[in-house]
This record gives sequence, structure tokens and C-alpha cells, in this order.
Amino acid sequence: MPNMSLKRNPMPAQDAKVRSRNFDEVALGYTEEMAIDEAARCLGCKTMPCVDGCPVKIHIPAFIAKIREGDFEGAYQIITESSSLPAVCGRVCPQETQCEARCVRGIKGESVGIGRLERFVADYHNTFATLPPVKPTPNGHKVAVVGAGPSGLTCAGDLAKRGYAVTVYEALHVAGGVLVYGIPEFRLPKRIVAKEVETLEALGVKIETNVVIGKTLTVDELFDMGFEAVFIGSGAGLPSFMGIPGESLKGVYSANEFLTRSNLMKAYRTDAQTPIMKGGRVAVVGGGNVAMDAARTALRLGAEKVYIVYRRSLDELPARREEVEHAMEEGIEFCLLSNPVEILGFENPDDPRDARCGSVRGMRCVKMELGEPDAKGRRRPIAIEGSEFEMELNTVVMSIGTSPNPLIKSTTEGLETNERGGIIVNEAGLTTRHAVYAGGDAVTGAATVISAMGAGKTAARAIDEYLSK
Amino acid sequence: MYKIVTRKNLNPTVVQMEIEAPLVARKAKAGQFIILRVDEEGERIPLTVAGVDRDAGTVKIIFQIVGATTTLLSHKQAGDAIRDFVGPLGKPTALDGLRRVCIVGGGVGCAIALPIAEALHEMGAEVTSIIGFRNRDLLILENEFRAVSSKLCVMTDDGSYGEKGNVTVPLKALLDAGEPFDEIITIGPLIMMKFVTLTAKPYGVPVTASMNPIMIDGTGMCGGCRLTLNVNGKRVTKFACVDGPDFNAYEIDFDEAMSRGRAYQDFERHAYESICNLLNKEVR
Repeated sequence: MPNMSLKRNPMPAQDAKVRSRNFDEVALGYTEEMAIDEAARCLGCKTMPCVDGCPVKIHIPAFIAKIREGDFEGAYQIITESSSLPAVCGRVCPQETQCEARCVRGIKGESVGIGRLERFVADYHNTFATLPPVKPTPNGHKVAVVGAGPSGLTCAGDLAKRGYAVTVYEALHVAGGVLVYGIPEFRLPKRIVAKEVETLEALGVKIETNVVIGKTLTVDELFDMGFEAVFIGSGAGLPSFMGIPGESLKGVYSANEFLTRSNLMKAYRTDAQTPIMKGGRVAVVGGGNVAMDAARTALRLGAEKVYIVYRRSLDELPARREEVEHAMEEGIEFCLLSNPVEILGFENPDDPRDARCGSVRGMRCVKMELGEPDAKGRRRPIAIEGSEFEMELNTVVMSIGTSPNPLIKSTTEGLETNERGGIIVNEAGLTTRHAVYAGGDAVTGAATVISAMGAGKTAARAIDEYLSK
Repeated sequence: MYKIVTRKNLNPTVVQMEIEAPLVARKAKAGQFIILRVDEEGERIPLTVAGVDRDAGTVKIIFQIVGATTTLLSHKQAGDAIRDFVGPLGKPTALDGLRRVCIVGGGVGCAIALPIAEALHEMGAEVTSIIGFRNRDLLILENEFRAVSSKLCVMTDDGSYGEKGNVTVPLKALLDAGEPFDEIITIGPLIMMKFVTLTAKPYGVPVTASMNPIMIDGTGMCGGCRLTLNVNGKRVTKFACVDGPDFNAYEIDFDEAMSRGRAYQDFERHAYESICNLLNKEVR
């Protein structure tokens, strides 16, 4: 008999007041009892609408059935048939617009907490599993993967499971891509990412850090080295700025830089060797998940006051609802329908050597109203004349997107990109170069972890088909 | 890990190392840079390549001991290893077609200027080098420059060696004398490069400056290394790591770059002091 409660089991979480000042994980995860109780809410629909909503097609009802039986390891085995990074997906996937959006229980009441269950299963496995994964029999083929982020790791994992000898080349000193430099510790602890990477290494995936493809080695050289196919998952590239005056003042960061300093370079710790501007009044410009991450990071670094400055209204915020709610609970103020026009710098005409000169002192914004919907169906914000106002600030973080990394395109002949710099691929992930595949932000521009993973998976399937011919 | 094959002091505050990094050595060209981390907890710092030995698979770096990371690095000996070493990053200096070039280097910037002078010399260009230092004790690479330059001016701020004065003094004299330089390439402190640019401007000689801003990833991701160029009256944001590190010096907003370079001065001083204290304790 299924559990017919209309409400799902709530996710235990750190209190907002406490967590807004520490970097520990916000969501604490289900207990075994909660997981079994939540699993019992699944009706096990034969049509499996949830699976259609999953970019990597996890057999959701099957793994939930295993949880219900108390066979958590069995549930894990089902998830890993489809997903190479379950502990990550369980935390950062926007389930509410994917699997959970299709859940039949969601028609009347709340959908099954699929993401929470996935996270529970992955954490259970990572805590208790002792057996290393079974290494597949090598099939004699070599594939190179560029970038150890979500798309690259997924592609590598899927290929390794099929017996390919996979080497992943990573430009930074550690594997994980956006999972380690972008997404903060309190949303995705680094040890979780490290554990998932270890699991891939146990499957036989080789990871070479400190290699920049396009610089240290080129795609053509990878083929010379005996790789038969290459997957490019080089990720997001150069951060965008608004092009307004004052963006080069000290205290203006791109979200990438701000988060990289805090996450990858551990500036959130007091003993860090990489500095970051802490404290004071901070504005994050933008309304996506990255903006929420930056705002909540600023708060935890000790800011007195943190604002999100967004030019549309709450309804148009592109960030996940859960992230917006978390940010609001923690005390981040949303300055909506507002658009920066100038970042103001400190000046001291009496003493130009004043150390504060050239630092941010504020930001001038203009109020916006929403006009007609644009091509994407979002209402276009229009500046209201004469509505300018100033905010007093010490730090401004620009979180308005990125454009794909130019390094590989500029050194790989025949690799074509679209007008925004994204690598052009067909539906199987194949680029305009023979045996070169691509996926993730390098193709789409800034998007989600799971869509990148989906692209890595699609390309792995295509590479497998190509090389088994 | 990347092994330190050789290590020597070029002067009391400038250290030269050769690091075993065959992939980087195979590719690196004059003007490009690497990023290194000394240890697991270290910060990433960019250093311009000062030379390569492709056969030995080593990359030469020359750095001044100015902060916490360079202090830690300077305490490593030949045979030790550093945690991370990645490159070559940035674009090589564009040398094609140059026949008469004036290289203007300042301080440790001379270490970066040297491979460019060498590359020019090797391709048959006539190289005039002007190198400047605060004083005689800080002089580096004089003989190396002499070997590849048809003319060499050594300047010191206090006159303790060579001529007394700024590098702009002989530069102006040469330009006044009608030296037909195709280009001036300048590498050193921002303030020096700014004045080299101002000195050359009336003569209409192209100037290239090598920028070395604060950087994290060095691959076009973080945007920390951005600088502003004035291109035909429009202000344009560029990223030193992928668009540079060399830029048309007439377009660079040097004042802004100097201000940005001081963003973490306080933090850097504290970090430097605490590292020094730590190392002193170890010595005791």
C-alpha cells in the first residue's frame, strides 16, 4: 500500500540564521526512515513519466522500489547504470522542472522527492560501500576527454563502463570543473565531488590535471597520440560584463572569479593564501543560480548586507525556486526591477594616494518596468526615466553569464562555432570535425550541470557507436 | 609534481629555476606564461616563461621574492618539487617581420624580455636593449642581453652601475637620433611601461607592453586579469590571459591597471609576513 500523504517528507536543513554564517552543507539529507517513507509515496507507474523528464534517463521507479525494500545498495546500482555522478545530481539537479515535474503524485499534492531520494542513496553508498566498482574488460579503444567537469566526467564514466581506456585532460589543478570552482561548499561539499571522481578512477578513468587543451596539447595532437575520438567539455568561458562605467574598479568581480576565489582557492578559510574582499555591503547583479551562489557565499564570508540586483521581477528570476527561497531565508535582499547604470568609485582629490581610491563605493541603478514579451516569451524590462537611485556598496559581483571558452576553437582547424562562440554539434554531439564530439557549456553557453551531463552521456553513446563499427 | 632541476639566485631577491615540465617545454614560446602552485594549499600565480630547454624538457622561470608564494617558492631547492605547473598560456609575442627592435626591460621584467630579445636575434633582427634596475645589486642578465643585442644600455636609478637614470632617458636619445625602430617592446613595472609609452608616442613608433595582472585560472574563465583598452575612443575590456599578455601599449589604461594591481596589497603584506614568520621558526 503506497504512502498516500499529499506532502513529501521535508528535507532536514540547517537553520537559516546559523547556516548563513558557515560553509557547511545547508541540506542535511534524509535518514533511512525518511527515505523509506518517501519511497513509499511512489506509485511505480508503468508509464514512468518521471524517466522522460530525466536528461540521463535514470530508472527512477526501479531505484525507488529498492529503497522501499531497504536495499539501498541495490538502489545505487540501478542509478549508476544511468548516472556517473549520483551524489552530485541528487544535490544540484533542478528536479522540480525535470523528473519531479512529471510525477503523477504532483497532480494532487507534492511529487515524490526523487532528488532527495537519489541523494540519500548516493550518500549511503559513499558512506557504507566497501567493494570497489568492477573494472570492465578493456575493449582496446582509446578516447580523450577535454575538461573534468560534469559533461566530461559523465562521458568518461559511461565510456569506461563500456571498456574504453579514457583519459580526461583538465586545465585546473583538480578535477570537477564547475562542481569545484563554481558551486559552493554549502550546496555541494568538495569531498562529495572528490568521492565521485575517485569512483570514476576506480573504473579505470585516467585524469591528467594541469593540461590545457588548445595550449599544452591540441586536439590534433590527441589523435596523433592514438586517441580515436575526442570529447570536448571545456565549459563556460569568459565572464560577461555589462559594459557600464566602473566595472574595472577594485571590488568588482565576475561571479566566476568571486566563486573561484572562495571555492577552488579556499578563500573562505581564514588560512587561505588566496585573498577575497570580505565583509561590507555586497551587490550581486543577475538572477540565475550562479548569482544566488555568489550572494550566499558573500553572506557567509561575513558581509553585513547582501543584495541581488535583477532587472526583471521575482517571477522571471531564472534561478531555482529552492535557491531563491534559501537566499531569502538567509536574509539576502532582492532589489528587483533594478538595473545598474554605473559603478561608483571612491575618490579623494586631496590625497590621490589614499589606498581607498579606485575601490567601489556604490552603484547607481535605474528602476525598470516590464514591457511586451520578447522572442523568448519573457517580458522585456524597460528603464523608467528619472528613476535613478544609488546604493552604497563595497563589492559588486557581476553574474550575467559567460561566453564559451575560445582556446580550443582557435587551435582546432575545422571546428565550427556559432555566433555566440558555442561549438556546433548535431543531435549526437558530433562537431564539424570527424570523431570530435562536444557537450555542456562549451556548446550551449552557461546552462545546468544536468544538461551538461546529459550531453556527455549522449556523446558517449555516439562515440561508442562510432568506435564499435 | 614538477621537479626543480636547477635553482640559483640571480641577485639577493631574484631567483631562477628550471622546472621539469616536458609538455610545457615542447610548446612554450617567448612572451607566454605558466601558472604554478607551490603546494596543496598554495595560491595560483602566473610567471612568464624565461626560457626553455626542449631537449631536457625544462622550463626556466625567474621571479622576484615579493610575497608569500614567491617566498615559499624561493625556499625550494634543486631536487624538490612543486605541486602544479601548467602552460604555456597566453599568446606568444608577435615577432614576425620585425627587423629593428628596441627592448626596454625593467627589474625582474628583464627576465621576460630576454627570451624575446634572443628570439629576435635568432631570426636576424637587430636588437637594441635598454635594461634598468634600482641599483647595482639588483642587476641581472647583463651578459645574456649583451650576447644578443647590437647595442645595450644599462641604467640604474642611483647610478651605482651603468648610467644613472630611467630607461626613458636612453630611449628618448635613441629616438631623437633617428633610430628607425620597427617596434619597441617593453616589459617591467607598470609605471615604467607607461612612461616608455609616453616617451615613444611623439615618434610614432609602435609599442608593445607585456602585462602581468592578477590572475587565477589563466585560461579565460575567471576574468580577474581584465584590463581596459582605449580603441579608437571606445573603452574595450580585454583579458590578459587569453587576449594577451601583450597589448598595443598606446591603448592600455595603465592607471587603471596599476590601481587593480594594488587590490590585495594589505592581504598580501599580511600573508607575506606570516609566511616569513613561519619560515623563520622553521629555521630556528
